[in-house]
Amino acid sequence: MDQAASDAEATKHVVTTATSQAHTRRLNGLVKHSILIFFCLLAIVPTFIIVVNSFKTRDAIFSEPYRLPTRETFSLKGYQTVQERSDFAVYYRNSAIVTLTSLLLILLFGAMISFALAEYRFPGNTLLMLLLLAGIIVPIRLGSVSILRLMVSFQLVNTLVALILVYTAQGLPLAVFVLTQFFRQVPRDLKDSARIDGASEYRVFWLVLPLVTPAIATVAALTMIPIWNDIWFPLILAPGEATRTVTMGAQQFLGQFANDWNAVLASLSMSAVPILALYFIFSRQLLRGLTSGALK
Amino acid sequence: MARLQVRRMNRKPFPFHILVFLAPGFVIYGLFMCYPLVDSLRLGLFAQAGGVESFVGFENFVRLMSDPDWAPRFWSALGHSLIFFLINMLVQNPIALMLAALLASMGKSGGIYRTLIFAPTVLSLVITAFLWSLLLSPLWGLPKTLLTPIGMGSLARPWLGLESTALPTLALISAWQFIGVPIILYYAALIAIPNDLVEAAYVDGATGWDVFWLIKFPLILPVVGIIALMTFIFNFNAFDVIYAVKGALAGPNFATDTMMTFFYRTFFGYELQKPNPTMGAAIAGSSFAILMLGVLIYIFVWQRRAKTYEL
Repeated sequence: MDQAASDAEATKHVVTTATSQAHTRRLNGLVKHSILIFFCLLAIVPTFIIVVNSFKTRDAIFSEPYRLPTRETFSLKGYQTVQERSDFAVYYRNSAIVTLTSLLLILLFGAMISFALAEYRFPGNTLLMLLLLAGIIVPIRLGSVSILRLMVSFQLVNTLVALILVYTAQGLPLAVFVLTQFFRQVPRDLKDSARIDGASEYRVFWLVLPLVTPAIATVAALTMIPIWNDIWFPLILAPGEATRTVTMGAQQFLGQFANDWNAVLASLSMSAVPILALYFIFSRQLLRGLTSGALK
Repeated sequence: MARLQVRRMNRKPFPFHILVFLAPGFVIYGLFMCYPLVDSLRLGLFAQAGGVESFVGFENFVRLMSDPDWAPRFWSALGHSLIFFLINMLVQNPIALMLAALLASMGKSGGIYRTLIFAPTVLSLVITAFLWSLLLSPLWGLPKTLLTPIGMGSLARPWLGLESTALPTLALISAWQFIGVPIILYYAALIAIPNDLVEAAYVDGATGWDVFWLIKFPLILPVVGIIALMTFIFNFNAFDVIYAVKGALAGPNFATDTMMTFFYRTFFGYELQKPNPTMGAAIAGSSFAILMLGVLIYIFVWQRRAKTYEL
C-alpha cells in the first residue's frame, strides 16, 4: 500500500518534471531563435537600408530613410551619375581577371607543390613545408617596400600582372597546407598501379588530381574573397585608372563624390549587391567548403 | 659483384619531375613573398641620404622609439593597433562563440541563420566601412531617429568624428564584417564533437549550460587559441577600414592611426609627406617583431598549458 502510494507519487513527479522540461526547452528554443534573428537582422539590415535608399530622391533619403521608395520618391539619379562618371564595367572586369587568374595559379601550382611534398621523400622536404607554413603567419603586406621596388624594376607597376603575382604568392601557403593533407589520403595502390602500367609521374598527378576536388573547392573559397576585396596592393601597385579593381574604383569614386548622396549610395550598392547575389547562390557550397577546411 | 652492378643499374636518375612540380610555385612564392620580407627586414637597417643607402644598424629603430619626430606617432600607432585588436578579441570573439554554439545546437535547421550571419564577411571592408560611415553620419541622423524613442537620443553623437570614439567605432565596424570567420571556425569545431559524449552527459542530468562549459568548451580550447592568434595577426594589420573612412592621415588628429596606416604614410608618402622607404621598412620590421612575439606567446605559453584531447 505504502509502496503503491510512493510509486504513484514518483510517477507524478516524473510526469511534472517532464512537462516542465518540455516548457524550458520550448522557452530555450524561443530565446535561441530570438538571439539568432537579432544578429541576422544586424548583419543584413544595414546593407538593405543603403540599397533601398539608393533608389530614392535626395529629399526622400533624408526625410524618410526607413521607407521603401514610392512612385513619387523613386529615382535612379545616383546610378546615372555613377554611369557617367566612372567605369564600373572596367572595374568589374579587372577584379574578375585578377581574382580568377590568381585563383587558377594558386590551385595549379599549389596542387603541384602539395603532390610533390606528399608523394616524394627528398632532402629538404620538411624545410620547404616549414617555409610555406611561415607564409601563413607572416602578412605579405609587411614586405610592401621591397615588393614595390621589385615591380618597379620589372616595369610591372600599374599592370594587373603585378597584382596576380603578389596574390598568387600570398595564396600558395594556405593552399599547400590544405591540399597536402588531402593528397596524403589518396591510396598508394592507385598511384602504383598507374606506374606499373607505365604512366609517367606527371600522368599520375593528373590522375590523382580529381580525387582532391573537395579540397580544391575549400581552397578556392578561402582564397577568393580576400583577393577580390583587397585595397592595399591595388593602392600601391596599380592605382591607375585602367587597372582599377572594384574595391579601388569604389574607394576613389566614394572619396570624390562624398557629398553626392545619391551617387555614393548607388556606387555602394553596385559594389555590394553582385557579390551578395553570388554569395547567396553559392553559400551552401562556400560554407560547407569553409567548415570542412576548418576541420583539417 | 654482380649484385653491386644490378644496384647501380637500378639507381634512379635525378628526379627532375620533383623539380618540375615544385619550381613554378616556389619561384613565385620565393620572389614575391620570401625575398620581399627578408629584403624589407634588411632595408630597415639602412638609411637613405642623397639617393645612396648606407648601413646604419639599429639607428632607424632607435629613432622610431625615441626621436621626437617619430616616437609620438610610433607609440600612438602601436597603442591604437593593440586597442583595435583587444576590442575585436573581447567583443567579436565571445559573440562569435555564443552564436556558433547556438547554431551548432540547431543542427540542419540553422542553415538560413548561418547564411545570413556570414553574408557581411564576403563584402569588401572598404565598402562596409563607407556603408557604416553613412549610417552613422550625423547628417543622415539614423542613430538619432532610432535612439530617441527609447529615451537615449543624447547618446547619438558623431561617433566616427570624435577623437575618443573614432577608433572603437572602426574596430566594431571591422568586427561586424568579420564575425563570420570565427563563427565558422567555432562552429566546425563544435559539430565535430562526438554526439555520444554529449548524450551521456545529458543522461547523467547535466544542463545545456553545464554541457557547454564542462564538456564542449574544453574540447574546442585549441580552436579558441588559434582564433585568438588569427585575430591578433589580422587586426594588428588593420588598414582598410581606417583608410576607407579616414584616409591615410587616420584622423581626427591621428586618433585612428595604426601601425599599418603609419607604415603606408611613411614608405609610400602621403600628401605633404615624402616617401621614406628605409624608415618604412623599419616600421614593418617593428610590426614583424611584435607579431612574432605574439606567435611565440601562443606557442610557448598557450600551447604548453592548453590540453588537447584525442577524440
